[in-house]
Amino acid sequence: MNKKFCVAVISMVLTGLLLGGCAESPASVSSAPDTLTVFNYGEYMDPDVIEMFTKETGIKIKYEEAVTPEEMYTKYKAGAIQYDLLCTSDYMLKRLIEEGELQEVDFSSFEYKDNIGDKYWEFSKAFDPDNKYTLPYFWGTIGILYDTTKVKEPVHSWDVLFNGEYAGDIIMQNSVRDAFMITEKYLGYSLNTTDKEEIQNTYDTLLKQKPDVEAYLVDEARDEVVAGNAAMAVVYSGEAYLGHEFNENLAYVIPDEGSNVWLDSWGITKNCANKEAASKFLDFLCRDDVALKNFEYIYYLTPNETVKGQLDEELQNDKTLFPDDKETENCEVCTLTDPETNTLLNDLWKELKAN
Amino acid sequence: MVDKLTDFISRFYVAIIAVFLYAPIAVLIVLSFNKSRSRVVWEGFTLDWYISLIHNRQIQSALMTTLALAFLSAFISLIIGTAAALGISSMKRRSHRTMMVLTNIPMLNADIVTGIALMLWMIQFMPLGFNSVLLSHITFNIPYVILAVLPKVKMMNLSIYNAGRDLGAGPLRAFFMLILPQLKDGMLSGFFMAFTMSMDDFVITYFTKGAGVNTLSTMIYGEIRKGIKPEMYALSTIIFTVVFGVLLVANGNTIGTKERKRGYE
Repeated sequence: MNKKFCVAVISMVLTGLLLGGCAESPASVSSAPDTLTVFNYGEYMDPDVIEMFTKETGIKIKYEEAVTPEEMYTKYKAGAIQYDLLCTSDYMLKRLIEEGELQEVDFSSFEYKDNIGDKYWEFSKAFDPDNKYTLPYFWGTIGILYDTTKVKEPVHSWDVLFNGEYAGDIIMQNSVRDAFMITEKYLGYSLNTTDKEEIQNTYDTLLKQKPDVEAYLVDEARDEVVAGNAAMAVVYSGEAYLGHEFNENLAYVIPDEGSNVWLDSWGITKNCANKEAASKFLDFLCRDDVALKNFEYIYYLTPNETVKGQLDEELQNDKTLFPDDKETENCEVCTLTDPETNTLLNDLWKELKAN
Repeated sequence: MVDKLTDFISRFYVAIIAVFLYAPIAVLIVLSFNKSRSRVVWEGFTLDWYISLIHNRQIQSALMTTLALAFLSAFISLIIGTAAALGISSMKRRSHRTMMVLTNIPMLNADIVTGIALMLWMIQFMPLGFNSVLLSHITFNIPYVILAVLPKVKMMNLSIYNAGRDLGAGPLRAFFMLILPQLKDGMLSGFFMAFTMSMDDFVITYFTKGAGVNTLSTMIYGEIRKGIKPEMYALSTIIFTVVFGVLLVANGNTIGTKERKRGYE
């Protein structure tokens, strides 16, 4: 072989070793004692809150964001970054708890834990039966956002989406879970059903509804109703509140049959070395002023009961932001982690979209 | 008559292409001045998003990270790439070809494969952070520099260098005064190509970045769930305007020189 080529290869290998040699520290070591690595959804915490925390406690926060629970799970499991705390959705928390990825939170050291209403600890029990691992952060529902100039009588049931009255004027969520969940509730099933026949019936109903659907959208669903391009859309409560800001003629309803209640909660990972700092951070999030700051940044439904009293009257009376207990009575938390059912749902969804 | 028609069709064709290219950017610019956060409601003209952009430390730090990454990675890969191009050009034919294949592969390889591979490699040696992203960007930038510099190396006139040495210049002095100037154009375009590649990159950055490090692209990605904020529209408008301005000035110069040349004729 050419001598020069050999030299080139050897020097390349040497450079590699050199880079390896001068690396600071191996990745397996968790972050420094006064640093917490926090994993959260994008735009899901007021940046001021993080600064406040560091100023008050001296603990630095390394903040990382993700878009979907699945993405979080994959990044967390890959182990490239050692996360201390993470905030994700109900069913993903269930999966993490089942896999032993979270450690118990010592709530007895919390000063502000009681700011979180009892109702939300009840919701949490769907995936964290003893309220040992997770701290509720934000929550919401799925319902119908409709234009009151186009839909004359108040909506009370999922039926308006399926009876053909508003054919061509309906926007559905472009997500397998959301589409199936609301239809399952409409048919009177549990939204966590694993019964094949029930799922098949749900699919048939969705297929029958398909010609009436103007579009299956995610983020744009709200905008279409705001702009007056559709009479109604299936949206999340947080989106509905923002839609109301742009167009006064919109109403949001959680149908009487019930719907999905989702909950995003915090957990401490099993790798977290500095549990005390992690607990401090979670407790800090429950504090009245911090919860208010985050609420005013995100405008999702908050489980922190001190927030409502700090707002002006108009917001306090907003039914979208502060629904009555009665409205969420028939709602369920999604805890479906059964892989077989998930595959079935995904296959049916693909079939539905292809049809 | 037929001439007029073909003339019209060709003009129309160009116009349509221009519309498809620039209409989305026009929408973005218009939205950056919209008082409402919504994408579908126009509530009036405002400069608020530009003002809140100035006060938004997250966006600023992401912008600084992006620029620092682009500049540092382009500069370092310029040095390594130029050296590599000089080395490769003096190789024998077979090893020359082997090296070219080796440097071309990373360019053609799917970003996601490069990204995951780099991540797996990096976590063996260092915690992911700014440094790991920088190393990754240098890695994928080097081939672009080599590609831009190599042709210039081949066109280079070595006799000038030899003459310089004969007249008593040391090897370093001869290199910097006689070789580098001949490679200048290639190096410049290699640098800019690397700079752009680094600024544009999302996939590789996403996989190799550590917690708390955000470039503009990864930051925008994080915002998707709750809707992109109009500050981003404002920032994109500024970036577009700057690039457009730079291009105008650059092209204005070349148009000027052409006209001057014509004047001499």
